[in-house]
Amino acid sequence: MYKYDEYDHAMVAARVAEFSDQVRRRLAGEITEDQFKPLRLMNGLYLQLHAYMLRVAVPYGTLDSRQMRMLAHIARKYDRDYGHFTTRQNIQYNWIKLEDAPAILEDLASVEMHAIQTSGNCIRNISSDQWAGAAADEITDPRPWAELLRQWSSFHPEFSYLPRKFKIAVIAADEDRAAMRLHDIGIQIVEKDGQHGAAFYVGGGMGRTPMIAPLIKDFVPLEDMLSYAEACLRVYNRYGRRDNIYKARIKILIHELGADEYRRQVEEEWAHVKSLGIDPPKAEFDRIAAQFAPPALDASAPDEIDRSDPDFAVWVDQNVAKHKMPGHAIVNISLKPVGGIPGDASSAQIDLMADLAEKYSHDELRVTHAQNIVLPHVRKADLYAIWQALDAAGLATPNLDLISDIIACPGLDYCSLANARSIPVAQKIAARFSDLGRQKELGELKLKISGCINACGHHHAGHIGILGVDRKGTENYQLLLGGSGAEDVSLGTITGPGFDEDGIVDAIERVTDKYLAERAEGERFVDTYRRVGMAPFKEAIYG
Amino acid sequence: MVEHLHSDGEEPCVTLDAFLNQSNATAVRLESDEDARALIPYLDRLKLIEVAFPKFRDGRGYSSARILREAGYAGELRAQGDVLVDQIAYMKRCGFDSFAPEKPLDPADVEAALTRWPEHYQTAADGAVPIWKLRHG
Repeated sequence: MYKYDEYDHAMVAARVAEFSDQVRRRLAGEITEDQFKPLRLMNGLYLQLHAYMLRVAVPYGTLDSRQMRMLAHIARKYDRDYGHFTTRQNIQYNWIKLEDAPAILEDLASVEMHAIQTSGNCIRNISSDQWAGAAADEITDPRPWAELLRQWSSFHPEFSYLPRKFKIAVIAADEDRAAMRLHDIGIQIVEKDGQHGAAFYVGGGMGRTPMIAPLIKDFVPLEDMLSYAEACLRVYNRYGRRDNIYKARIKILIHELGADEYRRQVEEEWAHVKSLGIDPPKAEFDRIAAQFAPPALDASAPDEIDRSDPDFAVWVDQNVAKHKMPGHAIVNISLKPVGGIPGDASSAQIDLMADLAEKYSHDELRVTHAQNIVLPHVRKADLYAIWQALDAAGLATPNLDLISDIIACPGLDYCSLANARSIPVAQKIAARFSDLGRQKELGELKLKISGCINACGHHHAGHIGILGVDRKGTENYQLLLGGSGAEDVSLGTITGPGFDEDGIVDAIERVTDKYLAERAEGERFVDTYRRVGMAPFKEAIYG
Repeated sequence: MVEHLHSDGEEPCVTLDAFLNQSNATAVRLESDEDARALIPYLDRLKLIEVAFPKFRDGRGYSSARILREAGYAGELRAQGDVLVDQIAYMKRCGFDSFAPEKPLDPADVEAALTRWPEHYQTAADGAVPIWKLRHG
């Protein structure tokens, strides 16, 4: 894991001092809310329906136990004893007082954490593969590159007042576990002729105009990654639309210019920018990469798992993934118990996960974009003890990637932008499909719910997506089928007229029944949908 | 202290169009939607380039400033308009060396803003040595 040096500490301390001063000036009335808003946003502080929300950055989703415990401490001391893990691999707190924010940022800084650029029209927290460093299929650990990008993008003087927010993801495996092509810039580390390079996909995103990022450059030499990113951003900062907030993301610029013309402009800018000495030397990359060295794993650890406890075996089959080292495994902790709020965890649960990471996972945890937690480096021999501890804390729901492993935005229960509630819909769906045998029969089925067209709940990328809208003053839910945020990326299609809260649950059941009736051997829901198309599902839903 | 107070006697800025159509002017004003690169052939005879910030959220001027400095412009580069104390540290890093805010800034706040950051992560147009270079001597 990356450890701050004196420079990183000094930069975060300066930011805390700066924001403390800005809060002081705001509370004293020296600056207006309009002037304060972009400042607080760049420090992760939103004003929601009932209170301030603070979003804390978890760079590329990686945490150690000390940091995880601090997240529990903040929930306990400054919030209502829980936190909410987000689709940006971050955590947010929903009940924060403005005057507490500087103290929280100081607490975070003490464990090398911050809320820098978790909001605002700037480069946001860099996201990555939650299995980085552990996955059997990666060609390298993408996180050193994500850390290099984090430092380059932090307090970037040219790109802090962009037309709109800007999200970057870095992965290094063909299986895309980070929705890479639905980012403003998605970078995949690839191999060509024995060399690693960066494929740049630019102009993806969800929101009200979802787009899949086109490939802008297939192989950027890794030593030029930052200057190429700088060129991509400069073209956007100069020419991205600023006349309409809904057309201000880079995806609109690239859509309007065309990928070829955008690429030409970036190449022209890059030819210039590359000469400016923006890219750090290999020694800096090596310094960072050394801190992501694989943990000392015992290659002779036993590979067998005692499956005699049937409940444990069910959990192993669903939530435990293959590690690159024999005798080891990746544990996925579901934050989606039936009846719970997707992504929420109590202080006690957060502490428990920290304890397990310290004891069994080389002190590492990950947050996933699907709002779950990962223990990346676990000995198979320890799985049973881990499962028992998780089970006792209500954290052993064996539903990873099943229909009840729902991504949901906070919705109208918290968010001032929302048109409809997301959480109760997620809870009703999870309750309807609570029988685990039924969920397993349906297999991999990614269900994602947004409470408005801003699409924080990734509904465009759900195998089944739900979009809450306001229809003549009542909450109404549209149904989408066929999306994916993975390597088979696609955007969902709306089935037809929307439903009320109970109606949407019934509609989903008709869709899943239709899938079971239509599926061919080995097909996931989304495979069947792609093969048979919308018509049979539409018929099943609307008659 | 970076902030220059410009005197009443200085030459007024002409618009980019006027400058390109004539001129012997040595001071030009660039609106936020105008291309800074249009000035590159003339940089050695310009003494002042004023870059407009019609709204503080409009960040195009940061790129304009860097482009001008990267092209070798050595004269005065002024940020004019909705220039707030919380933006000037970034503006300075992008190459601005004078500020003409619409609403006056508190000098103590300006001083604090410009001295707050001990170092910088990235290369910009202010000549500051980035942290990665400091790390490796």
